[in-house]
Amino acid sequence: MTNELLSPEKFQRDTLSALNNPQLRRNFKRAMGGLMEKRQAVFADGEEWQQLRELGRSIRANALRKLPDLLEKLESNCRKNGIQVHWAESVAEANALVLEIAQRHQVKSVVKGKSMVSEEMELNHFLEQHGIEALEADLGEYIIQVDHELPSHIIMPAIHKNKDQIAQMFHEKVDPEAHAETAEEMTALARKVLRQKFYEADMGVSGVNFAVAETGTLCLVENEGNGRFCTTLPPVHVAVMGIEKVVERFEDVPPLLSLLTRSATGQAITTYFNMITAPRKSVEKDGPHEVHLILLDNGRSLMHADELLQKTLLCIRCGACINHCPVYSRIGGHAYDTTYPGPIGKIVTPQMKGLLKAGHLADASSLCGACVEVCPVKIPITDILLRLRHDKVEIKQAIPLAEFGGWKAKTERLVWKSWAMIFSNPKLYRLKSIALSKMGHFAPSWLPVLRNWTAVRSTPSFAKKSLHQMVREAGLSDE
Amino acid sequence: MNNSTSARNNILSNLRKSPVTEEKCPRDVAVMERKSWTAAEKVLKLKSMMEAVHTEVRLCTENDWKNTLRAVVKEKGISQLLYGSKTALAEKLRNMRQQTPDTMPELVDYKQPIEECKDLLFDIDAAITTTRSGIAETGSLILWTTPDEPRLMSLIPPIHLAVLHASTIYNTFWEAVDTEQWNSGMPTNALLISGPSKTADIEQTLVYGVHGCKELVVLLIQ
Repeated sequence: MTNELLSPEKFQRDTLSALNNPQLRRNFKRAMGGLMEKRQAVFADGEEWQQLRELGRSIRANALRKLPDLLEKLESNCRKNGIQVHWAESVAEANALVLEIAQRHQVKSVVKGKSMVSEEMELNHFLEQHGIEALEADLGEYIIQVDHELPSHIIMPAIHKNKDQIAQMFHEKVDPEAHAETAEEMTALARKVLRQKFYEADMGVSGVNFAVAETGTLCLVENEGNGRFCTTLPPVHVAVMGIEKVVERFEDVPPLLSLLTRSATGQAITTYFNMITAPRKSVEKDGPHEVHLILLDNGRSLMHADELLQKTLLCIRCGACINHCPVYSRIGGHAYDTTYPGPIGKIVTPQMKGLLKAGHLADASSLCGACVEVCPVKIPITDILLRLRHDKVEIKQAIPLAEFGGWKAKTERLVWKSWAMIFSNPKLYRLKSIALSKMGHFAPSWLPVLRNWTAVRSTPSFAKKSLHQMVREAGLSDE
Repeated sequence: MNNSTSARNNILSNLRKSPVTEEKCPRDVAVMERKSWTAAEKVLKLKSMMEAVHTEVRLCTENDWKNTLRAVVKEKGISQLLYGSKTALAEKLRNMRQQTPDTMPELVDYKQPIEECKDLLFDIDAAITTTRSGIAETGSLILWTTPDEPRLMSLIPPIHLAVLHASTIYNTFWEAVDTEQWNSGMPTNALLISGPSKTADIEQTLVYGVHGCKELVVLLIQ
């Protein structure tokens, strides 16, 4: 359940095995196709989409510009409302905070709403090591938790599995007697099992989609009602959020909500939009007695320190970039071996885990730009990918990451240096052209740099004459 | 909380060191104000949006909503109905129960803290609540929960009956937030509800009634 194995070699192996898994590829192709169509239908009015995303971007950009002030404002307003606010620089600190709260209340079981930050923290695993049961209550998260897997998508965690695979899992690991085979039957079974867990839970954990600084309100977007259960029924609610999730004003919420649900799943709105501003007051009959908010940095303030990389923090975690990524839709979410897969993962993970460990993810893109086109807050994902690729080899200007350097940085650096030298010197360039046209085809296809290409394709043959030569012979002028 | 304090100081001081890079972005909210419908259109829009996600919307009037409620109760076989006893609606419900006990289920008040009435909430057939307003664009109900109508009423019972007055329907969520100035103060919990609970986590097959209510019936009083 940890990312310790994250490495370029493993990524390459897992990518190959995903590509050779026809079932997996069918599951993803069907799912991504459907999501793209649905999204397109709800953004049919192109002018509205452009204006709305312009507004969304400006809201998020303004929030980042004022981030420290807004966090302080959020903290002070939450405290006024009775919400207890905690700060954590690292995942370990955040986990320790959750554990301390849980132990203070003698918590034995925790129910969790879907939260990507808690995935970053690997909170379930951590709590279980300390003898506290932590159960995912979102149906997709529940399915993969019972099957000891990690989410393969940030919005639809069990998207890599088809119905029969899930039915098999329910039969083996949830209730062999129930014979739940259809999606309806399995959902009904999960409802029964999880209602009992909600009933018993001592503490609820949730994420936060938007936190409103001016009112101290935590907003949660969901369809299932598990988020409402986790934040209403148990006596203690702990919300975990990345520090970038704050927005300044309440009126920032409606445009972002609209962009989020439409981009994510093509829904005009989700079933529930839950706005939490305080713990239970003495006259109230339900809601948690204590609400805690944990603000997690985990590399975000480092991203914030750089003009371009800061734009990574505009993200509202809709997953549209993932749904539209030709790489993701072919290899699925698990090959990345990260909390955040797909395009957003390729820019977030190397910045959170360091280029040394995760820099290879920035290479796993054709830079087609489909992600940039659909991003509701206009994150320049391809620019950031290029920047990370650059910084991976050019240590001098490296981004302020905890660890940088990079995968095969020296070789790669040498290749790029030589390339730059040849292409900026006419004599060398001509020499290279002549050499390649005469001897290029002698290059053995088993050379390490060529092997990945030539293993599945025929080796390209070099033209006898270069374009320059042909142009000169045709008598065209240089102008 | 010493660790948290030092984390706080480090995070804030790191963020303050960041170069101010983003130009102040122009903020054009015209797109949020574009959608506007007549009162009748708003009703139809809300109805069609909610019905598209499995909500039953029953149009009725001040004169006949009681009959509509009786019909719903009969159709669904509701024998006990959770309600908030201090709302404007409550008095009318009690009268109905008193006058026509055969066609109106027993009314159960959510009068104790949840810790003392968990089983009641998990066992009851249905709950009826008022709503603060509605949203035409997305087909949503706005609920600001109160001590008399707590949060779990619209979540735990399998059937949620919601009473919505057509005159309270806004064009958009934006209009509601703006008109009512939500920025000046929020309740413990505010909710938008746009249908019964649903999931598509198993092969994108849409299934209604996962954790929250299985059926949502809106009595839309015109």
